[in-house]
Amino acid sequence: MTTTPAKDTAVTAAALALGDDALVLSHRLGEWAGNAPVLEEEVALANIALDLLGQARVLLSMAGDEDELAFLREERAFRNLQLVEQPNGDFAHTIARQLFFSAHQYLLYAELAAGDGPFAPLAAKAVKEVDYHRDHARQWTLRLGDGTEESHTRMQRAVDALWRHTGEMFQPVEGIDVDWTGLETAWLEWTTEVLRRATLTVPEGPRTGAWAAGAGRQGLHTEPFGRMLAEMQHLHRSHPGASW
Amino acid sequence: MVTATPLEAELLELAGSVPDPELPVLTLRELGVVRAVHARGEDTVEVELTPTYTGCPAIEAMSLDIERVLREHGVREVTVRTVLAPAWSTDDITDEGRRKLREFGIAPPRTRAASGPVVVELGTTRTREPRLPEDGPAPVRCPHCGSAETELLSRFSSTACKALRRCLACREPFDHFKEL
Repeated sequence: MTTTPAKDTAVTAAALALGDDALVLSHRLGEWAGNAPVLEEEVALANIALDLLGQARVLLSMAGDEDELAFLREERAFRNLQLVEQPNGDFAHTIARQLFFSAHQYLLYAELAAGDGPFAPLAAKAVKEVDYHRDHARQWTLRLGDGTEESHTRMQRAVDALWRHTGEMFQPVEGIDVDWTGLETAWLEWTTEVLRRATLTVPEGPRTGAWAAGAGRQGLHTEPFGRMLAEMQHLHRSHPGASW
Repeated sequence: MVTATPLEAELLELAGSVPDPELPVLTLRELGVVRAVHARGEDTVEVELTPTYTGCPAIEAMSLDIERVLREHGVREVTVRTVLAPAWSTDDITDEGRRKLREFGIAPPRTRAASGPVVVELGTTRTREPRLPEDGPAPVRCPHCGSAETELLSRFSSTACKALRRCLACREPFDHFKEL
């Protein structure tokens, strides 16, 4: 299990897709440092970001040099979902994004962990971490949705705004052999139940198709992503080869 | 599984005696992260180390400490390799390690069932855990006064591997090493 997998193109492409998801969401969560509503959340979001960064490092290393991939690629070369690059917005947006993504990541990694492919060792480890992320997002969704009028309104707004990005999570990725339709069904079921318990309405808007978002895996990203990358990459690009 | 030679067993003991950089009361052996030591030829050694969490930043300090200790023991070439599988679990922490954690003021992780993905129902924030069924998981006990009446303050604490709780009996906050 510890041998380096062959760098075949399908595995590389899949490692990039999953690695970019983890890296980009990690960076977004890191933007909360110094801005979170309470200290416990500051710590929680930073810890989730750290877990994702660890996963990204393993995945990107399967595809090439982790630093070059993270800091020297142009926007169009990133293969992450558009969902994870969405700006933090208010706390409700951050939680909705995390709820949608962690639920997806949990199901996907659980299936990868059960197989014997090149991602099984990482997935088996990461799925236990993601379980905590998913639970954190679920608890906050319940609190905010079933909380005050203000928190309910904001949580509903966040769920509505990000809903159109959720279909992309189940577009098959080359090199990942899982039952995508089954994953989507399980995801919808779980998410619907959480939203229902949180007294939130499941959005009616489309999750796939022309109007819905979703071409991140093809390298098409939303406008805020470029600015995020500029901030993430500028230090490395300004001081090539610098070290602590 | 290849049986370790006496030399490998000795070096494994040495590598395992290195204190954890973040929780120096524990050794790496008690934490359960040193998987194996392989002697390759005369004075070349490879150590297999597994991270607690995928992103654990302490892994680099651990590697350097292991290299230093083995070099001081006369091994010329030390390579520390990070292995992910099988995934580390808090069940890998030894009984002695759990005792030390408690003495240090950290509630040790409860042991969990051997297989399957983890289902952790943590309950809502700032509420006491509901009465747990007899055959369910044990309550998280306060490491200071031993009370089973404790509440969760945050699912994440000073490091990813810990949660922040407070004792309802003695009112002291404390870290709980989360089950993984």
